[in-house]
Amino acid sequence: MSSFTLDGQTVTFDAGQTIMQAALAAGIYIPRLCYHPDLKPHGSCKLCTVKVNGRQASSCTYQAQDGLVVESNTSELNDERRALLQMLFVEGNHFCPSCEASGNCQLQATAYELQMMTPHYDHFYPDRPLDASHPDYLLDFNRCILCSLCIRASRDVDGKNVFALSGRGINTHLIVNAASGQLADTGFSGDDKAAHVCPVGVILKKRSGFRVPIGKRSYDIRSIGDLAEPGES
Amino acid sequence: MPDTAVLDIAYLDAIVERHGRDANNLLQILVEAQERYGYLPPAVVDALAARLAIPRVKIEGVAEFYSFLHLQPHGTYRVLFSDNITDHMLGSGALMKQLCHELWVEPGKLSEDGLVSVNATSCTGMCDQAPAMLVNGLPIANLSAPRVENIAELIRKRVPLADWPAEYFRIENHIRRKDVLLNSAFQPGSALAALLARGGAQTLDEIKLSRLRGRGGAGFSTAAKWEACRAAAGEQHYVVCNADEGEPGTFKDRVLLTSYAEMMIEGMTLCAHIIGARQGFIYLRGEYRYLLDHLQQVLQRCREQNLLGQDILGSAGFDFDITIHLGAGAYICGEESALIESLEGKRGTPRNRPPFPVTHGYLNQPTVVNNVETFAAASLIALNGGAWYADIGTPASSGTKLLSVSGDCESPGIYEYPFGVTVEQVLADCGASHTQAVQISGAAGKCIAPAEFGRRIAFEDIPTAGAFMVFDQRRDMFEVARNFVHFFAHESCGFCTPCRVGTSLLKNMMDKLAHGHGSPYDLTEIEQLDQLLLSMSHCGLGHSACNPVLDTIAKFRPAYDRRLAHREYVPAFNLDRALTQARQMTGRNDAGAHLGEYE
Amino acid sequence: MTAPPKLKIATTSLAGCFGCHMSLLDIDERLFDLLELVEFDRSPLTDIKHCGACDIGFIEGGVCNAENVHVLREFRANCRILIAVGACAINGGLPAQRNHLSLPSILEEVYHTSIGLAPGNAIPNDPELPLPLDKVHPLHEVVKIDYFIPGCPPSADAIWKVLNDILAGRKPELGHGLMHYD
Repeated sequence: MSSFTLDGQTVTFDAGQTIMQAALAAGIYIPRLCYHPDLKPHGSCKLCTVKVNGRQASSCTYQAQDGLVVESNTSELNDERRALLQMLFVEGNHFCPSCEASGNCQLQATAYELQMMTPHYDHFYPDRPLDASHPDYLLDFNRCILCSLCIRASRDVDGKNVFALSGRGINTHLIVNAASGQLADTGFSGDDKAAHVCPVGVILKKRSGFRVPIGKRSYDIRSIGDLAEPGES
Repeated sequence: MPDTAVLDIAYLDAIVERHGRDANNLLQILVEAQERYGYLPPAVVDALAARLAIPRVKIEGVAEFYSFLHLQPHGTYRVLFSDNITDHMLGSGALMKQLCHELWVEPGKLSEDGLVSVNATSCTGMCDQAPAMLVNGLPIANLSAPRVENIAELIRKRVPLADWPAEYFRIENHIRRKDVLLNSAFQPGSALAALLARGGAQTLDEIKLSRLRGRGGAGFSTAAKWEACRAAAGEQHYVVCNADEGEPGTFKDRVLLTSYAEMMIEGMTLCAHIIGARQGFIYLRGEYRYLLDHLQQVLQRCREQNLLGQDILGSAGFDFDITIHLGAGAYICGEESALIESLEGKRGTPRNRPPFPVTHGYLNQPTVVNNVETFAAASLIALNGGAWYADIGTPASSGTKLLSVSGDCESPGIYEYPFGVTVEQVLADCGASHTQAVQISGAAGKCIAPAEFGRRIAFEDIPTAGAFMVFDQRRDMFEVARNFVHFFAHESCGFCTPCRVGTSLLKNMMDKLAHGHGSPYDLTEIEQLDQLLLSMSHCGLGHSACNPVLDTIAKFRPAYDRRLAHREYVPAFNLDRALTQARQMTGRNDAGAHLGEYE
Repeated sequence: MTAPPKLKIATTSLAGCFGCHMSLLDIDERLFDLLELVEFDRSPLTDIKHCGACDIGFIEGGVCNAENVHVLREFRANCRILIAVGACAINGGLPAQRNHLSLPSILEEVYHTSIGLAPGNAIPNDPELPLPLDKVHPLHEVVKIDYFIPGCPPSADAIWKVLNDILAGRKPELGHGLMHYD
């Protein structure tokens, strides 16, 4: 069987698997935000960057090959990953105490895991209005990290194309498929895969927030690094 | 002017039909629709969604990616000043202020009457005749205060662009030094005749023998690329000419496209023969929209002479034709995989590589993407042989290179040299004096200090896509770097975290220094951010965004030290100014209503 | 043998709710241990109005007005180590939720247009009142901050852990369960 080493540990893989998939199957955590096991990877958040034979690569898109030497859990890479998290925190408005996703949020949990004590950079404080038009779901764009998981889920699983990225550079933002720009005027439904893949607190089910008390939420119980598979919120 | 025209759906239908109702042509359809309607109103988006059977969200996402496309009205007259440092050195900042003042508009905002908008845009490729602007996509160079005053008058009087003085739109070639490429009296058809006489495989051998390397800057072996593409399995193969010359300070492709287009087209055609392609594309940057008609005419001439089309030059089964695709203001589309995404009518986001375009390019088929100059050189090699070409230049960098020389020199323009020419020689030839620095290969390239002027332009020493910007001792190299940092922040595609956020953070940090709030802390921050961009970014844009800063810190440190006015950290903003609104609202101006500099 | 001199700590709340101070008090009987090691200078706990030279400054709340700036500068000038404590100090927190609105529009609404105001109501212009900044900022955007204790508020255990790490000269770290942003 083919194998590579990840931080010195031998990891076997099946043909066609990426480094991320092989690591997950072996129960090894590599930080990630834009990766979901059910969706096509695209490698944009860069949290899963590892060193493959000494060169940086996104582990979610890099095909595993026999004999690769992969480094992931090093202080150098974790320092850089922490800086990426800090960028995501200052880019949006991440006020955790008021967020329904707090405790179940992968951005927050990854920041805990990587010991992010401060966002470090100066905040952008963007103005991003909410979309509460849909009867059952709320969109809070303040927390969007542009991972595009909802876009891929809606397009590739639901066959609906409810979401897309618009704009460019620091002005990149999530839009929905309606002339009004409102979620209520799209074909979005709570049964969609897209309703259940947001790693942060953008796509929120109404009337269900804060039901789980502090101390009992996903990442109160376990650190994200202990979860081989992140549970769908 | 069409921006207030009632939506003429029949016209839109004609555009869609001309593009085969193919969503892969979305960007081309949007560009043409905007030329008709002035912007892309919701009715156009809806109509296209229905006709192309794609979600409107995709159309909006594409439209908002490209700087030249607008979902909101942008004025009957849309004025964009070229924002490159060479334009600024010749006063473009003051000229833009002047125009805004005369027209009573704020930069980036549509005038209240909907007549005009004035903004800056990334380098328009007119650095040898700067300052320059685009008006409704057409370039005007050699701007001066009187010319801007006239332009304001023409706009105020709503004079149609067609009736503006013709000399405003004259663009010069400024060819200053010719070598084998620019001197060749190229006869259309001659390279293809040589190809057919020699045979495709043998012509590829000649290209191999020539050791031709890509002229876009990366310097990959052209023969190796063509060979890999030829060997790759696919239903179709494609040839793409990258004429998205967006690197600030580069304009040599503009000149080749203007006066040497046949040579480039023939290079594409012989590539098509070698790799087995029937379809080619020229991806022309939106800034060079004014060359579109000219290029269409050249293509038509080629077809008439059977240099394109069916059974080219009578060779049965040698079928190839070329379509021109326009860009719409996105530097990132010069990156070959982003260019292919854009060709497919998508947002210009670089793909994950591997796989590379030679096996999975346009529509996932094997595709060769080469620079304008590379294809032109290929024609020359087909004509004169690989050994002849390999004798020119240096062993690792054969042939000649076109340099786009601009900035502080007497004779800016195009200079063709055999590879291996020293920086010093170029400076002497273009009449530069008291030179402090040369930025080679654009914002993404290298900044060279006088101690290095003996170095050579060659892949093994200083590689370049062609830009050669000269800065004399009057120039502030910190401001040069800051201009490039702004450019990268504007052009980041936004796909990956480090580049999307990092280039904007870097811009803010450079602005902090420029605004007098710098301390040694900030310099350390800038260096750390540069390191992160270099190591974590998805593509070359993020990797090179830090180059101008790292180079100028290393070589022109006093320009930075001057900005570190404070010993200790101070905020990026002025605290007293942050109280201005509160003072205005309360009418207070007592001592307690002010904050001093950090004590 | 004489005991080593006690470290001096100053604490304050800027644009905060004193929740972080409550959390500090929540270290309960460990306060006795702490007081063996430190003594408090300026703090709501001592009612000392200005701090002298201190080893550690402990600040909750963000910077939303001119007075916050003066206090923060006093702390930075006098404290060897400055710690930002809690969400507001670290990212602006609740007060920073006004940052997507313009200050004039806020003052207009609060003092002129909101329902139930007395006739003739005006924006206060008393020189005793600190003027608000156009935006709320976390501490690190105004002065250099040495350490951060996240949480809204950070738990007593988290505060205790970071203080102990700093007192012992270790890099402060919060493991699973102690690190919280909410």
